[in-house]
Amino acid sequence: MCLSVPGKVISIENETALVDVGGTSISVGIQLLEEVSLGDYVLIHSGFALQLISEEDALAQLELVRAMKG
Amino acid sequence: MKFINDFRDRELCETLLERIHKEAVREITIMEVCGGHTMALHRFGIPALLPNTITLLSGPGCPVCVTGRGFIDHAIGLSMRDQTMVCTYGDLIRVPGSESTLEKAQADGANVRIVYSPLQCIEMAAQDPETNHVFLGIGFETTAPASAVALQKANELGLKNFFLYSAHKIMPPAMAAIIHEGVKVDAYLCPGHVSTISGTKMYEPLVDQFGVGCVVSGFEPLDLLQSILMLVQQQENKNAAVEIQYTRAVKSQGNVKAQQILNQVFEPCDAWWRGLGILANSGLKPSANYKGFDASVVYGLSTNEPADPTGCRCGDVLKGLLKPTECKLFRKTCTPANPIGACMVSAEGACQSFFRYANS
Repeated sequence: MCLSVPGKVISIENETALVDVGGTSISVGIQLLEEVSLGDYVLIHSGFALQLISEEDALAQLELVRAMKG
Repeated sequence: MKFINDFRDRELCETLLERIHKEAVREITIMEVCGGHTMALHRFGIPALLPNTITLLSGPGCPVCVTGRGFIDHAIGLSMRDQTMVCTYGDLIRVPGSESTLEKAQADGANVRIVYSPLQCIEMAAQDPETNHVFLGIGFETTAPASAVALQKANELGLKNFFLYSAHKIMPPAMAAIIHEGVKVDAYLCPGHVSTISGTKMYEPLVDQFGVGCVVSGFEPLDLLQSILMLVQQQENKNAAVEIQYTRAVKSQGNVKAQQILNQVFEPCDAWWRGLGILANSGLKPSANYKGFDASVVYGLSTNEPADPTGCRCGDVLKGLLKPTECKLFRKTCTPANPIGACMVSAEGACQSFFRYANS
């Protein structure tokens, strides 16, 4: 019940977005998000997009760990 | 997610492990309070890779595991009523009540449907006004917003045949209760997706009152190892704090819109947790404006909790007092194919994680 699936928004209609998850399209509610655009990555849980995923933060984090290798 | 391979990169994980081994000088007990973390830690074999100074404990982080048999008994009872359908996430279908499960009730002809979103239940209720539809609201802050949106939708559509039977709970009271119970916890690996909704402010009292470190973690091996390293560093520097490792999904303020919806629709209530008993204001029930949708009110459902079966130690497992392997039923009479306790039923339960991934 804790796992969310990340997916990419491929279309938006009213309160619903079609999200691509590894090649499968899933229809999810976007009522919990202030803003969502085509191409955004979102976390999906129980039929809703919970939160946007930040590509910038993901890259920064990987960079931080790479820097530890020293 | 295109970064999945990066967050499972062997070299980067080895880098983090080296740092952990180098820096974890003092003993530290870290408790994870998220079923997803429990499963991921064991699936990726992380406990065996850590130094002896680090002890990992599983806490009350699986919503299915902490839900009482009474809730399941009532859900089965509702599913057997005339003109009534019970809709549930698949996670609950095999969880034992006192005498049966929703799966067995379904096989006996009860009207039980598995859904992946409460909105499916709303759609079915709108299409079939003659049948009462009861959605089983289970889960922490991650799933509660979905139930809240469903209640708003039911209200908007004026549905008279949709009800929520809520077992929704919130994490912080249980995290505090664990420490009050005297369980030795130096640090919490905080739940990632709960925190996407709630943010991190709610962990601050745990740091202030008990001096435990809190790091919100993602679910990939790199996430988990980096979070463990962050907690080790807090411990070594005697600087307990709330930190976010899972920065790509969690903001300190959380999802403010989701929080507003939760506050509009739900109000806090006392709730029963397996192993911890009744914790004040640790549950969520529909607020006064949504009382007409509250199955526990409409159907007059009591909150009595039948005792767990003899020998089942799920309560102690959920408090971190017992490893699943130390329960006498583990791997003998209690297996995923024939689960006695909830922690063996749930895919995120500590007992099933140990059964599937840990060496006995």
